[in-house]
Formats: sequence, structure tokens, C-alpha cells
Amino acid sequence: MTSHAAHIKEKAANATLGFWLYLMTDIMIFASLFATFVILRDGTNGGPSGQELFNLEFVMAETFLLLVSSFTCGLAYLAIKHGQKRRTLVLLGTTITLGIGFLSLELYEFGELYLAGHDWTHSAFLSAFFTLVGTHGLHILIGIIWAIALGDYISKRGTTPDAVRKFSLFALFWHFLDLVWIFIFTVVYLLGAIS
Amino acid sequence: MDWSWLTGRLSADYLPQDPVTIGAAVGMPLAILAVLVAITYFKKWGYIWNEWVTTLDAKKIGIMYMGIALLMLARGGADALMLRAQTALEPLGIELFDTQTFQEVFTAHGSIMIFFVAMGAMFGLINIALPLLLGTRDVAYPFLNSVSFWLFFAGMVIINSSLVFGGFSNGGWLGYPPLTGLEYNPGPGVDYWIWALQISGIGSLLSGINFTVTILKHRAPGMTLMKMPIFAWSVLVAMVLVMLAFPVLTATLGMLALDRVAGMHFFTSDGGGNPMMYINLIWAWGHPEVYILILPAFGIFSEVVATFARKRLFGYATMVAALIGIMFLSFVVWQHHFFTMGAGANVNAFFGIMTMIIAIPTGVKLFNWIFTMYKGSIRFTAPMIWFMCFAVTFTIGGVSGVLMAVPALDFQVHNTMFLVAHFHNVIIGGVVFGYFAGIYYWWPKVFGFTLHDGIGKLAAYAWQVGFVLAFIPLYILGLMGAVRRLDSYDDPTWQPLFIVSGIGVGVIALGFALMVIGMAYSVWKRKELADTTGDPWDGRTLEWSVPSPAPFYNFAITPRVSHRDEWWERKKAGLKVPTRSDYKDIELPKNSALGVYIAVAAGLIGIGFIWHIWWLAIVALIAVVVFVIKRTFDDDTEYTISADTLYKLDKEARA
Ligand code: HEM
Ligand SMILES: [Cu+2]
Repeated sequence: MTSHAAHIKEKAANATLGFWLYLMTDIMIFASLFATFVILRDGTNGGPSGQELFNLEFVMAETFLLLVSSFTCGLAYLAIKHGQKRRTLVLLGTTITLGIGFLSLELYEFGELYLAGHDWTHSAFLSAFFTLVGTHGLHILIGIIWAIALGDYISKRGTTPDAVRKFSLFALFWHFLDLVWIFIFTVVYLLGAIS
Repeated sequence: MDWSWLTGRLSADYLPQDPVTIGAAVGMPLAILAVLVAITYFKKWGYIWNEWVTTLDAKKIGIMYMGIALLMLARGGADALMLRAQTALEPLGIELFDTQTFQEVFTAHGSIMIFFVAMGAMFGLINIALPLLLGTRDVAYPFLNSVSFWLFFAGMVIINSSLVFGGFSNGGWLGYPPLTGLEYNPGPGVDYWIWALQISGIGSLLSGINFTVTILKHRAPGMTLMKMPIFAWSVLVAMVLVMLAFPVLTATLGMLALDRVAGMHFFTSDGGGNPMMYINLIWAWGHPEVYILILPAFGIFSEVVATFARKRLFGYATMVAALIGIMFLSFVVWQHHFFTMGAGANVNAFFGIMTMIIAIPTGVKLFNWIFTMYKGSIRFTAPMIWFMCFAVTFTIGGVSGVLMAVPALDFQVHNTMFLVAHFHNVIIGGVVFGYFAGIYYWWPKVFGFTLHDGIGKLAAYAWQVGFVLAFIPLYILGLMGAVRRLDSYDDPTWQPLFIVSGIGVGVIALGFALMVIGMAYSVWKRKELADTTGDPWDGRTLEWSVPSPAPFYNFAITPRVSHRDEWWERKKAGLKVPTRSDYKDIELPKNSALGVYIAVAAGLIGIGFIWHIWWLAIVALIAVVVFVIKRTFDDDTEYTISADTLYKLDKEARA
């Protein structure tokens, strides 16, 4: 291997490790928000609790969209590794569409709460809810923008090793958001609906 | 016409009103203007832009960090002088500040000292020394490094500009709500504080990732983890702490900001909010933070002591074990900062015991240094004098910490001058002395000449004497019940101690002046003080194997490592002169201005939030996204230096 190729390879390994570490820091951000949510969930200030507000079926639909998008993202990663450019782009496009669908549902849910007069200024519980779920939504938005830029890059440059490396980081990010959502689904919605 | 959409809540009401602040508010922009005019006059813009602003060379970024840190040390030091002047003179009827201004000054002092002096100097020294110690050309992500620095810079600009426009927070360096909530602090001061910390804090977070990967992936071939210089170990542990703790700060400040701009109820006293949640979260960051600061200082001392005792470090493995112990323990002690705030006796007992336990690995390290010195042939140079001052001072601070770890005792001294004395004892005597030792030690490596040793020692003695005068009286005052953060005390018998303390701060200021004078003098005498060998201290680690000042590529030939004290062993074995065939092509990062652009945009997001100029915040946010995407998808970021060129450059540098 030439020293240049070795250099590229080393950079790729570095990027992956660094990205894992970044995800760890992001977990700490979410952990802080989760901890705050759990502490403040009873601070409803006389207003409604999660049990009264959440519609589990609706949230199931959101969850379904996100899980499927994670699946298509995984397929896209397989495709790019096999150098199948068209297939990669189609699957990435599907992932983006599903992501946008998820985000739209979330915004719809937020909008309904807002219009019903249950916005974030009314209680600590609602502040913590909007912030935790909203932070995840913001990540999804960033993921969508990233995916679009990535699609543009791949359509121009093809399935080069650089593109595969960039894609692998995106895939990590997207799966990570899926995982965080499972926690949100459990801690915020499921436990909220039960208690 | 209503222009408030354009200018937010900016208004002339926020201009400073009292004479001291007006003076500073006029003086600071004038000084900046003078610098800008001078740069233009001497036609140095190109040089500054190409060699500094857009540089991705870790050493230069390190120098810029150090420059800002020293500047901020002067600013924070001036605050300290004013604070202690007030408490010394107030009983005589000389009132410098009203209560509000006094509170703003101590908040500014604490925030600036921790975030812009200590953090800045830490990242400065790491940037300068770490890649050289690891035998590598650069950090893992040179561009990210530049982003981190400029975010730090943007935070610094924001925190200082509150002086001119809007006033400072009065919430203390940790900004406890509900005082920092909208209800009690509707003005922009707290928002300045939040955004300065938020922006520079994100910079620190990115640096944490960067240096961790650098250490894990960029060591010279042959350098196993257990062959790393102990400084690298201490940085590794500190950076892991950064990665775990700083996100908590980011989230916490974010929630406080949401309380303030969106009317949320995280930490308010109404609406179901819970201020104690903030206090828990901020200390879950805050306690690891004090170890983040002290561990690199420990690392520096380890290198300094081994070098100047001419012995290998005693107990390397126990040092590493101690570091890792501290890493875990520092996350299970945070509650000792609020023993008095209503947790039960059992909780207090647990955290009290954990706090005492963390003192053990800290003590282990002290013994290791002392045993390293034992029977060494010690040279008492300036870095070594800083170490001697540290060894005594820090120990006293550690002991007072262990005292306060006893909850029953802490109920007496919590939030008194005793606590203030404790943390200055460990921060000045530990962090600051450590970083100063690092400055004197590595200065020749970056500038090519040593600092005048005599003046350096004098400065160390002045700091030490000043420290004792300024803070030992505070221990006594605290025991007698003097509460911290007051601008006026009723008991006239306390006044002599406050006067001694005020004089002490003056002596510290003298010490700082001596450092600056020493630097200026050494620049002037740089020919006589020149370091021609690259190894002025007869050092042990790889940074001393390259010429001084260290070339931009650090190592012409990537070193192969087989010993902990690689350079020392090589010198013993006899050095070989490299031949042309030892040189290989190398790749280095191209300069990039995007780091600055990202930081400027981030700063504007902050300004937008501080002044409620929402369009600005949105535009700047979009700009950040665009810049980041641009960089991520740019594959042409490096250039090659051919082996021939490198061979020539290296020959010249060694001539
Ligand atoms: C030897 C181990 C140490 C022990 C046992 C210890 C113990 C303590 C305790 C119990 C407190 C809380 C006291 C109170 O609020 O009433 C405290 C406060 C503090 N300590 Fe330490 N400490 C140690 C080392 C350090 C080090 C190395 C640093 C910094 C480099 C540090 C910086 C601080 C700061 C900044 C505060 C509080 C500041 C504030 O409340 O504003 N400590 N320490
Ligand atoms: Cu602590």
C-alpha cells in the first residue's frame, strides 16, 4: 500500500472512531434531558398529564415510519457498498421521505397540543416533553439535511470509497436516532400512558 | 414604524451608567481599534490571515489559545483586584461599587477565569505539546481543532462585549436559578453569560473528541498506551471527562435558555419547575470540570519533575491507575457541593465518603512526584519552582477539601470564605501553577528561545507569597462565618484580615506583571536565550528531539518508539544522523477559513438570542449548516510535501 492510500485509510478509521465518540456525547445530552423529564414529569402545574394527552396509536405510527426508515437506510448502505449507485439513491430517497413523514407527524402532534392550549409554557412537564421530543426531532431534521447533501454527493461522484465512508457515518447517525426514539417511546409515551 | 423585528430589544437603556463601567466600556473598544489600526498601518493583515487565522497547525492554534488566556487572566485579575479592594476599603467608608455591580464583577471574574483562562490555557498547552509528545504531525482533526478555537474566541468576544452593552449576569459563575431566571433577571446579562459559555463549551466538547482520537489513533509507531508520556495519559482522562461532562453543561444551559426565551418551566420556582434539578445538573458537569482542569496540570508536573530531577518518573503504572480512578470517582461526588440543600443524611454520608476517597488517588500522585525527586540531581529552574510552590499549596487545598467532605463540618463553612479559599487553593496552587510550569517548560519549543529563568522564578515566588496573603486570611474569615459574595461585612474586627487579603491580591498582580515583563525581556534578549539544540532542558520525551522552534510538520521522520522516555534512551544509545532515504512524502492539512466563518456565525446566533433578534439567529444558523456541509463534502483538504523538500527543510532547521 502506498503511503497515500494508507493515509486515506487511517483517516477513515479516525473519522469512524470520532463519530462514535460524538454519538456518546450526544447520548449524554439526551441522558440529561431524559433525567430532567423523569424528574419533572409530575410537575404538571394542575394541567393535564401525559396520560391525558398522548395518543399511543398515533405514536405507534411515528415509530413505524422511523423503524422502516432505519431499515431502508441499512439497505442503502449495503447497496453503496456493492457499488449500486441507482439503488443507493432510491433507497436513500425512501429513507428521506420516511424521515420527513415522521417529522410531519411529530409537528402535527405538537401543533395539536399547541392549539389545544397545552404548549410548553404551561408546566414543567410540558416544557420537558417538548424539549426532549423536540431535540430528537431536531436531530432528525439535521439527518434529513445531511441525507440530502449526501445524495447530491453520491449522484455526482458515484460510490467511491470516500462516499461509502461518508455514508457509513450517516447510517450510524440514523440508527442512533432510532435507538433514542425507542427510549422516548418507552419512557415518555408508554410509561406516560400507563401511569 | 416598528423596527423591533430588526433590532430585537436593543435600546440605549442598556448602555452603561456608572463611571467605572463607562470607562471600561469606552477604553476597551478604543484599545481594540488601536490594535486594528496598527495592523493596517504595518500591513500585517495578510500575515495574520494566512499564518494565524486560517491556520490548522496545532502549535499555532495553541499559541493563540495561550494569548487569549493570558489576556483574559489580566481581565479576570483586574476584576479580582476590584473585588478585594472593595472588601478591604468598604469599612473605611470607601465604596467602590454598589451591590449590583459587585455581583456582576464576581460573576464575570469566576466565569472568565474558569472558561476563558483555565480552559483556554489547558487547550493551548495541549495543542502545543500533545502532538509533539506523541511523535505525530498533527491532531486527528486539524479542521475541527480550528473550529474549536474560534468558537472559544467567539465566546470570549461575547462575554466581554456585555461590558459595553447590556451589563453582566449577577448570578455567580454557575448561574443558579431561579435568580438567573426571567423573573429576577429579565435583562440580557444572563443571556450573555449563557451564550458565551454555550458557544465556547461546544468548542471544548469538540476538542474533547479531537484529542481523544488523537491519543488513541495518532501515536508514533511503537508507542503503546503504557509507553505514552504521562502527560498524554492525563490529557486522555481529562478529555474523556470532557466528553462525558460537557454535554451535560450544554443541555443544562440549553434548558435555562429555553426557560428564558420560550417561557418554559424547567428551573423556575413556579409552573412545576425545579431549581434543584439545575443545581444537580450543573454540578454533574462542574465537579468533573475541576478535574478536567487539574489533570493536565498533574501531567505537566509529571514531565517537569522527571526532566529536572533527571530520573524516570516514579510509579508510572500507579499514576495511570490513579488517573483512571479519578476519572470514575469524579462522577460520584457532585452532591458535595450542596450538602446543605436538603438531601437526607444518608445521601450526604455517601457523597461525603466518596469525596474523601477521591482524595486518595490525588495524594498518590503527590508521593510519586516526591519519590521521583528523591535522590535525583535536581535543577531548580523556573518550571521546577512552580512545582515546589504547587506541592505545598495544593496539598493545603486538598486537605481543606477533605475537611469540607465531612457534611457536618460543611454545614458550618459552606458558602463562606472558607470555601472560596479552598477552591482558589487548588485552582491557583494546582491548575494555574501547573499551566505556568508548562508555559516556562515548553516555551522554547514553540518560540526557539527560553524564558529568562531568574525573572520567572521571581514571578513564581510573588505568586506564592501573594497567594498565601490573599487566601489564608479567607480560611480564617470563613471559619468565623464570613459569607461569600458580599460587598459589605458588619463585623469591624474582620477588616484587618480583609486588608491583608487585598494586599495579597496586589502581590499576585505583581507576580503576573513579572511574568509579562519576563516574557518581554526574553523576546528582547532572544538571541542570548536562543535554544540552538532543540533540547534546552536535557529532556526525556520526543518533543525535545526536534529543532526549536518546532517546524510546522513537527517530525521530518516519523519516530519509532521503543521506550517510555524515548528521547532520553536514544541519547544514551547515541544518536544516528538520518540519511536521505529515511525521509518520506508527508501530507499536511491546507489552511481553511471555514473555521472562522463557522465561529462568526455561531457568535451571531448567540447575539440573536441575547437581543431577541430572531432573523439574525435564523440566518446565522443556516450559515453554520451551509459551512459545515461545504466542509464535509470537500475532499481536497490536504497537500503533500515531497521527501526532497522535507530533507532540505530538515537540514536547514538542524543547521
Ligand atoms: C483533594 C480533593 C478535593 C476534595 C476532597 C474537594 C472537596 C470539595 C468540597 C467538599 C467542596 C464543596 C464545599 C462547599 O460548597 O461547601 C468543594 C468545592 C469546590 N472545589 Fe474542591 N475538592 C478537592 C479538589 C479540588 C480541585 C482539584 C479543584 C479544582 C481544580 C477543586 C475546585 C473546587 C471548586 C471550584 C469548588 C466550589 C466552587 C463554588 O461553589 O463556587 N476542588 N471541594
Ligand atoms: Cu466538587
